[in-house]
Amino acid sequence: MSMTLAEKILARASGRSRVAPDEIVVADVDLAMSHENADLVRKAFLEIGAPRVWDPEKIVIIFDHRIPAESEKTAATHKAVREFVRQQGIRHFYDAGRGGICHQVLADNGHVKPGMVVVGTDSHTTTHGAFGAFATGIGATEMAGVWVEGRLWFKVPSTIRIEAEGEFAPWVSAKDLILWIIGKLGAAGADYRAVEFDGSAVRRMSVASRMVLCNLSMEMGAKVAFTPVAEIGPDPEAEYERTLHIHLGYDIPEPQIACPHSVDNVKPLSALGEVKVHQAVLGSCTNGRLEDLEIAARILSGRSVHPDTRLIVIPASQRICLEAMRLGYLGTLIEAGAIVNPPGCGPCVGVHQGILAAGEVCVSSTNRNFIGRMGSKDSFVYLASPAVVAASAVAGRIIHPEAVMAKENAHV
Amino acid sequence: MSDASPILRGRVAAVLGANIDTDLVYPGRYLNITDREKTAEHLFELAWPEIRSRLRPGDFIVAGPNFGCGSSREQAAAALKYAGCGAVIAASFARIFYRNAINLGLPAVVSPSAAAQCGEGNELEIDLSAGEIHNLSRNITIAAAPLDPRAI
Repeated sequence: MSMTLAEKILARASGRSRVAPDEIVVADVDLAMSHENADLVRKAFLEIGAPRVWDPEKIVIIFDHRIPAESEKTAATHKAVREFVRQQGIRHFYDAGRGGICHQVLADNGHVKPGMVVVGTDSHTTTHGAFGAFATGIGATEMAGVWVEGRLWFKVPSTIRIEAEGEFAPWVSAKDLILWIIGKLGAAGADYRAVEFDGSAVRRMSVASRMVLCNLSMEMGAKVAFTPVAEIGPDPEAEYERTLHIHLGYDIPEPQIACPHSVDNVKPLSALGEVKVHQAVLGSCTNGRLEDLEIAARILSGRSVHPDTRLIVIPASQRICLEAMRLGYLGTLIEAGAIVNPPGCGPCVGVHQGILAAGEVCVSSTNRNFIGRMGSKDSFVYLASPAVVAASAVAGRIIHPEAVMAKENAHV
Repeated sequence: MSDASPILRGRVAAVLGANIDTDLVYPGRYLNITDREKTAEHLFELAWPEIRSRLRPGDFIVAGPNFGCGSSREQAAAALKYAGCGAVIAASFARIFYRNAINLGLPAVVSPSAAAQCGEGNELEIDLSAGEIHNLSRNITIAAAPLDPRAI
């Protein structure tokens, strides 16, 4: 029988020859990742009363939401997790300064392999479908169960297939493609489902861009998302719930923006009208990678951030930060007036390093624009591609990068 | 699994719309609170702090589709439970929130029409096994999906 990639991986991990949508299976977990909420997991694990984790080699813990610790409270939870990690012999632990955003750190260090079952106490764990893994977010109590038993129940998802062909229009990227898809399918459009991306356009994309597609699939509810890998794929006759065909040039001729306060409130940039921005944020597990910093540096080179706007740049990991420094991107961005924050989640979760005041507007390359997500409940977040974020930082308003590049300098 | 009766009685503390995300339920800035009981203090704090003030033990939250979308934060389910919420009734639930609710013992009841057929302050009786919601204030019965016995 033919199977989708999600079905294939769950069949393998649950010791069956085949599985079908809506079946419930118990699958072995190959990798279990947590960030600071490892402290919640730790507490639930201690409540269960098991003396040791099932396999310390398969657990990865990465601090990213609050590094360096922004408060005494956080410092205490960091400390408790560090002690637990030492006591349990968990070797794959990335403290502040050693890693960065959990999803990028897993990628940087080759933790994820095609065909794996990966669970993480973070919703954007879907990112790792870019490496052919069945990767999904779970809660802390479930993770405590995984730490004890090394397995978890899953309902086998049905799969939506999305095939993209053609070439991107100038200044249009994977971020615009996935925002456009979320706008079409809605915030619950892929709820409980797997998404398989394919097509010549996807196959030409960089790994970083493929990670963007899988990462943001979460924002339409996807349980897992995949881009093609050489090692494992769906069977040719696999059955899909539906298939979408997209032609990049025709369907998405310009950058897409997710307007406040939901990720599926997507409009083409030209439909936006004048939106002045107080802050621009470039970073996160969605768009804080080298290609994102490169395009921002290209746009900001020889230009400067608008006097009424703050530009905050957060490389996704220490490795990316170092590479961006060596390539000169960070120097260019700093010369233009950007603040470069240490690798981590930065202001995306509304904790620190760029919180918004009431009435402020932010254009951001991150993944959520919910009410109060990045600060005041009366602030406004517009989600966009790195290129639009960088161009908007120069113009002080949301703008097409083309308009900024057409001018020699400064304030468009 | 518990010995608790699968019939719940309570009042509707709030009727909310579609796509109530977990940032609205429990703001990200409090994610460093890892004592489940303490999470209740910040329930709906950003947009609707008054819900927390009027929520009495056993009261219900009623909502539209995709309740609990967004972050995997378990504190969203914990805050509801420890603030005394007896159940969340929604047209549909986002996947991770639904699993978190089951794991923490917060009944999550799927009912596509509840948001249209319940008002704030209505008295409800929910039969979790049968999948029926009786709106005692309006004297109507609202269809719901029965909860799997393993989740009750």
